[in-house]
Amino acid sequence: MELLSGADMIARFLKDEGVEHIYGYPGGAALHIYDALFRQDSVKHILVRHEQAATHAADGYARATGKPGVVLVTSGPGATNAVTGIATAYMDSIPMVVLCGQVMSHLIGEDAFQETDIVGVTRPVVKHSFSIKHPSEIPEVLKKAFYLAATGRPGPVLVDIPKDMTSPTERYEYVYPKKVKIRSYNPVTRGHTGQIKKAVDMMLKARRPVFYTGGGIITGRASEALTDLVQRLGFPITTTLMGIGGFPQGDRCSLGWLGMHGSYEANMAMHHADLIIAIGARFDDRVTNNTSKFCPTAKIVHVDIDPSSISKTVRADVPIVGAAGSVIDEMISLLQDREPASPDALTEWWKTIDDWRAEREGKLYEPSKPGEALKPQEVIEAVYRATRGEAFVTTDVGQHQMFAAQYYKFAKPNRFITSGGLGTMGFGFPAAMGVKLNFPQDDVVCFTGEGSFQMMMQELSTCKQFDVGVKIVNLNNQSLGMVRQWQDLNYKSRHAHSYMESLPDFAKLIEAYGFTAIKVTTFAELEPALERAFADTNELVFLDIYVDPFEHVYPMQVPLGSMRDMLLSKTERT
Amino acid sequence: MRHIISILLENEPGALSRVVGLFSQRNFNIETLNVAPTEDPSLSRLTVTTVGDDRVIEQITKHLNKLIDVVKLVDLTEGNHIERELMLVKVKALGASRDEVKRTADIFRAQIVDVTPSVYTVQITGDAGKLDAFVQAMAPIGILEVARTGVSGIARGDKLLSL
Ligand SMILES: Cc1ncc(C[n+]2csc(CCOP(=O)(O)OP(=O)(O)O)c2C)c(N)n1
Ligand SMILES: [Mg+2]
Repeated sequence: MELLSGADMIARFLKDEGVEHIYGYPGGAALHIYDALFRQDSVKHILVRHEQAATHAADGYARATGKPGVVLVTSGPGATNAVTGIATAYMDSIPMVVLCGQVMSHLIGEDAFQETDIVGVTRPVVKHSFSIKHPSEIPEVLKKAFYLAATGRPGPVLVDIPKDMTSPTERYEYVYPKKVKIRSYNPVTRGHTGQIKKAVDMMLKARRPVFYTGGGIITGRASEALTDLVQRLGFPITTTLMGIGGFPQGDRCSLGWLGMHGSYEANMAMHHADLIIAIGARFDDRVTNNTSKFCPTAKIVHVDIDPSSISKTVRADVPIVGAAGSVIDEMISLLQDREPASPDALTEWWKTIDDWRAEREGKLYEPSKPGEALKPQEVIEAVYRATRGEAFVTTDVGQHQMFAAQYYKFAKPNRFITSGGLGTMGFGFPAAMGVKLNFPQDDVVCFTGEGSFQMMMQELSTCKQFDVGVKIVNLNNQSLGMVRQWQDLNYKSRHAHSYMESLPDFAKLIEAYGFTAIKVTTFAELEPALERAFADTNELVFLDIYVDPFEHVYPMQVPLGSMRDMLLSKTERT
Repeated sequence: MRHIISILLENEPGALSRVVGLFSQRNFNIETLNVAPTEDPSLSRLTVTTVGDDRVIEQITKHLNKLIDVVKLVDLTEGNHIERELMLVKVKALGASRDEVKRTADIFRAQIVDVTPSVYTVQITGDAGKLDAFVQAMAPIGILEVARTGVSGIARGDKLLSL
């Protein structure tokens, strides 16, 4: 039997749970825990420069690996600083465990120094939360937190730890709980076979089917199974922004991603489909546009691990509650026993789709002419080439995010890392750190904008301390481009506060931290700059790339319209 | 349609606020709310009445089920059930209206549980409709104060909401 203080139990538990990195920032209520971390060397603590960055870094790690990211912050301001990152993870169903210091239990409720009711503050943006009531319950509560974060529909779990629970003078028995049971929590895995059969019947009869898959494929590690299923059937497939990489984008069946800035052919195919097979996607408003005009001729099969996602915004004809991977496997085995659909059942449909593809071929954007400002799209394409499409890509939020999603093509899951649900500016850079720290051999690129980058740029200091060699590609359009685009379209180009006056000289700023920065303003400078930037995988390089401030992201769905109502450029509309 | 949803909830700190928070966060409405421990000290039973179309009620029950603290729930209005609420009402009881209050209470099978020279305190149980009717009947006489528990309910017959 081993007697440990609460603080030592936390450090020890993290080791026993196999946690390698935690991201955090110290403060009074967390100091016993920090002291315990100091006295061990299994778990490496990454000191960020703002607690929001700790959550985004843990989140980036979780998205790249599928394992829960772990955060440690102090009470009060430490905890409230983490809220945006917790909400970001919650919206995208990312597994995360956030350990928060809290004031001593006898002070709770007295407005003590650095006291906030962080359990209350975060209640709507966590999967669950715990408050430690006695040091001896720490191992079990932590195990529950990890279990809840990573299973079922994943999400962030917060553990509030009053300082006296970690006191070094009180010791209790520590046993690593290999397993926990929560009587009220039994996430489903297998789907209902009868429903799956029904879905398979419909798939074999469909003439205009489309797969529409989301982040559930990535978190459910179902990408291989999905690829197998889609290729067997030869159906077109579109993913959500969160589902990018769940199916190889280079495959002929891939229509790219769908929704507000999705591809023309994906949105057209959805609108005209007779069967939509949605897996691990949630029909959110950035995908469906106006739900009353959504896919008028389609029957809908909806597979999701979270029953509350089914029929939330769009009614499913065949709801299937289950884990993506197991439902897909069952579909495949059912298909193997069935007469395949006639080989030309889909000929007509593919012809229509190929026509849509051809319509937009070569018209997606106008490349820059010599002497003109670079187009953001061509920068993304150049980075794609420079990294052979193999980098981990994180993004911030704005036009550059949409361009990155449109022009960097992903063949694998867990490679495109973006804040889809919350759309959190500031996410990209710390998320890239979290990825790079765990994949030192890989190129990790953060596409950012001068607006977003300035929300988390203090993390340059973290990168310096821990030698984090991410590549930061700043698509500098000297404006809050996405806001400006909306103002162009909806407010007669009245650019209320969408431009960034007094931008810093980014190169000097980066150099102040001892890193390399390259300013790029012409196409001729681009390739050599990229070559230099990617020469050493482990060197942080910042590319400050000046791009056309007037460019818009297209296609763009017309508000309140159907899936197929899109602006295709500044002058064309469907 | 009005629904009565009964929930077995972990008797843990914060559990109730998660349930109540869910309703406000997702724009669902709560008409009444009643909560107390059960024979098993680790569980509370909570009953909400809410109004919504089928789609909304489906969402409410799904989201409630998703809360880790919710162990089990039932929409009582889906089957035969017994619905009860308890109300305490203070009514002006002076002169002629003193008898009137007593008579009306008798009609409703309510009990007068406290008396002063000018006030009767009446206790009545029943479904929400009966309580509303009583309030209406008493209103002209002069209601001074009303305390209602909110609806509690249970399924008829062998059906159980238990672990
Ligand atoms: C934290 C936060 N605040 C505000 C917004 C609203 N918003 C969305 S995109 C955007 C502009 C982003 O500018 P920049 O990072 O320069 O990217 P660009 O659109 O120019 O590529 C803003 C302000 C947001 N998404 N997140
Ligand atoms: Mg910008």
